[in-house]
Amino acid sequence: MDNAWLLGLLGGLLIGAGGVVLLLGAGRIMGASWIIGGLVDGSTTERGPTFAFLAGLFVTPALLSLGGWAVSTQATSQVWMLILGGLAVGIGTRFANGCTSGHGVCGLSRFSLRGLVATIFYIGAGVVTVTALRVGLGL
Amino acid sequence: MRLLLSLLSGSLFGAGLHISGMTDTARVRGFLDIAGAWDPTLAFVMGGAILPMLVAWRFTRSGASLTGDAFPKPTSQEITRPLILGSVLFGAGWGLVGLCPAPAVASISYGGWQGFVFLVAMLAGMWAVPPLRRMLDSGAARA
Repeated sequence: MDNAWLLGLLGGLLIGAGGVVLLLGAGRIMGASWIIGGLVDGSTTERGPTFAFLAGLFVTPALLSLGGWAVSTQATSQVWMLILGGLAVGIGTRFANGCTSGHGVCGLSRFSLRGLVATIFYIGAGVVTVTALRVGLGL
Repeated sequence: MRLLLSLLSGSLFGAGLHISGMTDTARVRGFLDIAGAWDPTLAFVMGGAILPMLVAWRFTRSGASLTGDAFPKPTSQEITRPLILGSVLFGAGWGLVGLCPAPAVASISYGGWQGFVFLVAMLAGMWAVPPLRRMLDSGAARA
């Protein structure tokens, strides 16, 4: 699609708006791994808002799909990649205390050095992995 | 109030991920494939998301949020080993499949069994971190 960058920018602004609502509305940082992880390991003290946030997060894409704006995830069907990838993302984001939304969007926008360092390392590792898979395994 | 704000925030986040193409793993992996057929979309998404947040952080220097909750305080700027190793591990998994935590949840309704397997593995990984941390800490204390 030719206007992918425009939709990217528009979608990005919506993501940022979500961050603004949570920050100025409730004084919270919109970090997906922190929000999801806190629920999974029981460390969150805010179950209600966490469930509300996660409900919104998957219901709007579902509604957009039903309304005719379909997106395919095009995820791999290699089970080992899905399991290994999921474990690495889950463990990595919790050790690093953040992911693309927390360190990337919320961290970079407040000029956080930790956010910048994390972002450089996860994008770097992502580039190495994608390149190695393509060149080495043709995936 | 907190519930409504959280619901609104998550809804905007989900809509943004969906519209921008960030629940499409081919697009995300395309961004990471700088030596191949590079897809710059993710950079526009990141830029678009950072813009409103740049403005919002300026309003957090004084006062309080709508709910009266305090704004987040400036956090530690210490660059630690868990930060770097965790980010490297996260990036490797991200490159392997093309999903990070928020899109993995956002695409639940249309991600198929592949999305489900990834999500379950991710939740298991998150669940395992507190005991892993304790193991590593006690190992370091003995050494």
